[in-house]
Amino acid sequence: MIPDILQFEFMRNALAACLLISISCGIMGTLVVVNRLVFLSGGIAHASYGGVGVAIFLGSSPYIGAGISAFLAAMIMGGVSLRAKHRSDSIIGVIWAVGMAVGIILVDLTPGYHVDLMSYLFGSILLVPRENLWMMAGLNVVVLVWVRLFYHDLLAMSYDEEHAQVMGVPVRGLYFTLLALTALAVVTTIQAVGLILVIALLTIPAVVAERFSGSLGAMMAWAVLLSSVFCVFGLLLAYHLNLTAGATIVMVAAGGFFLSRIIGHGRGLG
Amino acid sequence: MTPPVVDAQDVCFAYDGCFVLEDVHLQVRRGEFLAVMGPNGGGKTTLLKILLGLLVPQRGVVSVLDATPGKASRKVGYVPQQTNIHLQFPITAEDLVLLGRLPHRRRTHGFGPMDREAACQALHRVGMWPFRRRRIGQLSGGQRQRVFIARALANEPELLLLDEPTASVDREFQGALYDLLKTLNARMTIIVVSHDLTVLSSYATSVACVNRRLYYHDRAELTPAMLESTYHCPIELVTHGPVPHRVLKEHDLS
Repeated sequence: MIPDILQFEFMRNALAACLLISISCGIMGTLVVVNRLVFLSGGIAHASYGGVGVAIFLGSSPYIGAGISAFLAAMIMGGVSLRAKHRSDSIIGVIWAVGMAVGIILVDLTPGYHVDLMSYLFGSILLVPRENLWMMAGLNVVVLVWVRLFYHDLLAMSYDEEHAQVMGVPVRGLYFTLLALTALAVVTTIQAVGLILVIALLTIPAVVAERFSGSLGAMMAWAVLLSSVFCVFGLLLAYHLNLTAGATIVMVAAGGFFLSRIIGHGRGLG
Repeated sequence: MTPPVVDAQDVCFAYDGCFVLEDVHLQVRRGEFLAVMGPNGGGKTTLLKILLGLLVPQRGVVSVLDATPGKASRKVGYVPQQTNIHLQFPITAEDLVLLGRLPHRRRTHGFGPMDREAACQALHRVGMWPFRRRRIGQLSGGQRQRVFIARALANEPELLLLDEPTASVDREFQGALYDLLKTLNARMTIIVVSHDLTVLSSYATSVACVNRRLYYHDRAELTPAMLESTYHCPIELVTHGPVPHRVLKEHDLS
């Protein structure tokens, strides 16, 4: 069944997008999970909608708007969580909501009907243009080089930030780079599954991988593999059942998550 | 005379305008085993974090191993207080100990054979070599604490700082831990923050009581004056069974 799907260019692009976002999602998702940044990533994803609104209002590319606002939101949230650790979740919640509201209002104020809107909420993996694939590939290269150079620093920071700092790890710079790359990964993942479901793809493969990985690197590799399997399988399922691709991918991932819990429980890992 | 390992002069530290440490002077000589005691919230951990360079005092001058705190990471070992978070973290005991070698490694090369050898020796030293492939969450509290000590030792430090090392381990391990520290003390200066008074009786060579101000005594004795000024009330020391303890002589106040 796969070969006859591959005759459509949009399916080839969609499958390539699945594999490309799986690399950045698996790696950044692993770091997001072990650093407890899941809620912050959700905040970034939603705040990015503010940038989509600004871009539509100004008539420029929504993804550039989303990228800029995701980056800004990540830096603000990162600064707040360093300064006021115990209230950072509230601040993230505020930015989350305000970003969404700004986006919706600006889209309201823009004349004309915007059919594109739903694609930012639920993804449009079947409509991924070729140049976006290059963007995803570029991000993957940056992420891979960064993780290769700073692997042990990232490991030390994720496990114990204070000890890492005592050992001379540039914790602050590393933390903000982590947030910036997370923001970029979030924006590119929104392409596939939409901002509402981006958190699932960032967290589920990593959480499943965490239970049977002996190292952070293994967890990253497994998360990339699982993410690819979930995405490709979800995409094919969506195609055959005529369902929304983003939501189907997330449901497949959720199925994998519950399956891993049940198996893990049976083997005494639960 | 060799310069002190730790030299803190006139240190003040405040959280949100509320002084936690005030006019603190502390000099620790090479080879000392200093026990830092005092009530909860008295500033013990704050003092330790200043020495580690994690907190910067609002006033005062601090030098650790002739450098600004935090700049001598190649010669400092740190055992943080165990919080038991991150038990799910995918890391083996051996990889955790290797993180103690971070100041020695070159970024583009990762850890080399010398780093692995140092980690191996540190694991042997604390008796955790057979458990090196276990994930950190599969170890008991005492075993985990040994791994954290090995991580500090892997750095081959000149100064070892420990924050409440016995807080989350059982009684038997406490004795073994202090015995290990005493052996290590032959090669390195040790500062241990603890509310556990047994550390004083048989292991420490000096004591500092911290309760906003710091009272230093160059023998392992608490004087009534120190207890009075730190705890503001007479305290009672209780031991059970064969725990070694001693009652200290009255000071000659004349």
